[in-house]
Amino acid sequence: MDPAIFLIQLLNSLQYGLLLFLVASGLTLIFGIMGIINLAHGSFYMIGAYLAFSLTAAVGNFWLALFLGVLLSVALGLALEWLLIQRLYHRDHLYQVLLTYGLILIFEEARSLIWGDDVHGVQVPEFLNFSIPLTETLSYQVYRVVMSGICLLLAAAMYFLIQRTRLGMMIRAGATNREMVQALGINIGLLYRLVFALGIALAAFAGMLGSPISSVYPGMGNQVLIVSFVVVVIGGIGSVRGALVAALLIGIADTFGKVLVPQIAGMTAYLLMAAVLLWRPEGLFKRA
Amino acid sequence: MNDNNVSSKRRSLLKGAAGAAGLAATGILHAPAVIAQPARLKVGLMLPYTGTYAALGNAITNAFKLYIAEKGGKVGGREIEYVVLDDESEPAKGVDNANRIVNRDKVDVLVGTVHSGVQAGMVKVSRESGVLSIIPNAGFGAATGQLCAPNIFRSSFSNWQTIHPLGKVMMEKGHKSCVWISWKYAAGEEMFGGFKEGYEKVGGKIVKEMWLPFPNVEFQALLTEIAAAKPDAVACFFAGGGAVKFVKDYDAAGLKGKIPLYGNGFVTDGTLQAQGSSAQGLLTTLHYADGLEFPKDKTFRLAYAKAYKLQPDVYAVQGYDAAQMLDVGLSAAKGDIKAQKQIVAAIEKATIDSPRGRFTISRAHNPVQDIYLRQVVGESNKFVGIAWKNLSDPARGCSMA
Repeated sequence: MDPAIFLIQLLNSLQYGLLLFLVASGLTLIFGIMGIINLAHGSFYMIGAYLAFSLTAAVGNFWLALFLGVLLSVALGLALEWLLIQRLYHRDHLYQVLLTYGLILIFEEARSLIWGDDVHGVQVPEFLNFSIPLTETLSYQVYRVVMSGICLLLAAAMYFLIQRTRLGMMIRAGATNREMVQALGINIGLLYRLVFALGIALAAFAGMLGSPISSVYPGMGNQVLIVSFVVVVIGGIGSVRGALVAALLIGIADTFGKVLVPQIAGMTAYLLMAAVLLWRPEGLFKRA
Repeated sequence: MNDNNVSSKRRSLLKGAAGAAGLAATGILHAPAVIAQPARLKVGLMLPYTGTYAALGNAITNAFKLYIAEKGGKVGGREIEYVVLDDESEPAKGVDNANRIVNRDKVDVLVGTVHSGVQAGMVKVSRESGVLSIIPNAGFGAATGQLCAPNIFRSSFSNWQTIHPLGKVMMEKGHKSCVWISWKYAAGEEMFGGFKEGYEKVGGKIVKEMWLPFPNVEFQALLTEIAAAKPDAVACFFAGGGAVKFVKDYDAAGLKGKIPLYGNGFVTDGTLQAQGSSAQGLLTTLHYADGLEFPKDKTFRLAYAKAYKLQPDVYAVQGYDAAQMLDVGLSAAKGDIKAQKQIVAAIEKATIDSPRGRFTISRAHNPVQDIYLRQVVGESNKFVGIAWKNLSDPARGCSMA
């Protein structure tokens, strides 16, 4: 492979991996800290994309739409936790799977009723709608670079929130010992509600941010859901740092898999997962 | 949609009751012996009404019902009763669903479906039960190839058919080498087969085949490879959300102005609003186009738009023609569904006056039709010319061909 092409493919891997991280980090938070298996996580990604489509059309500005979309998805997350999820903390995983699977069906049907079954597109914001020529034939869309930058910023913010703030400390403590945290006078219910809303907002935000370069279509969440679970398992359940490393690894495996071993391109992410699990059954970064 | 179904069903029931009463009265007057009013003809619509292909299933259903309504709710003198089943484009349930509608609901005619994987299951049940079947979309080659049967017809296309003429088109534009890119699944491989045969026959060279696992939409890695390979052109097959994203990514990667992109019509059908400027100017091949000047097309478009407040698409045309084919067959047999030989013979001989232009039926029961070259202009796939006149699927492995 030509070194220039190799670098471009590395850039492609990075960009895909970072967007994947955004979705998977929410999943790993909800799974690792609250112990909830959220099968509907992909649906929130889809909802985010549809929100971006509708809100951009309504307010005429992509960034304002992003902001409003985040507010709406946080509200949705809070409401769902209050209405449904909080009843599941003491239940078996099977109940969680049942409920969140049910949510997938409800969201799909609601999507069909509200937006119909057509494919939609979201316009890239005007001032970012150009490409930088890299080689004679290939250009790189500036929006993709900006998107990766935003993902990196969010990753840093999340690291800071969890490792360096009082709230993060409480969240980490709550994940380790729920009863003890409660005994210390911290409102664990509220804490969980916030974590859930944050997780949902991350998935929806990923859907919104990715909508101009992907497209907006029925069932778009399902693919993302499966690969996000792979990220969570490789990274170690509950580890945000693990999710970042795993998402980047999958980005590399997927990109180079397609180019170098196209016959098994559909399997590279799973092969990577199998290899990691053989080596470290608890994932790359086990939560302390 | 559901409300629509219910109300249109109720309406046709009312009409049916009135019509039946009228017929019975005149029948008694003229017939030498008293003949019992024939039971209603049960038409099973097994199509996707939820999931990715819901829009296609609805378009087919709408147009099928439109034709029947234009004929006063009857074919071959018999009232139609619909049995509707949502197949969800779920191949795993294909055989079960087909069995349910054929053996439990006992439909007289089976119309469906969109997804080739589901169709494989339906074809099996059609062959076993012998029920008259019309496929209004799925391009799955074997249905009118290895698995062809006297009772199975198709009103749409074979995958091979839609893309076979593309190679010739590309050669005429001077593109002697190309890269192929598609999803690795049954339809993608059949499309590739059709394209390769047509392109290589006129001396074209496919320098590289690129495949993605279905329905993966991360194209960036392969677009980078295309840019490095610098072929004369790129030929592709994608549909739905994947087609939108591929066409947009192709443009954003700066390839659009440098390496021309071609595909069959599914790449730009029903997707133009979402593809926006990225799709402008693309040339594709398909058995339908915007701006065909046939009177039948004009009346069909008007009637459809009036009935459903929607513009019809190629899927609607296929649904409409499925109903036409049923009408031809059943009219010849005077409404007697048991006279299958007569029905089949009539459809085989028929020329269907379709909105897409007139077509006949091959011995393997697939349309023999013109494939058009279309170009994206604004939000329509404008007719440019006929890419291949009267193209017939080779129907490989079909014992009837």
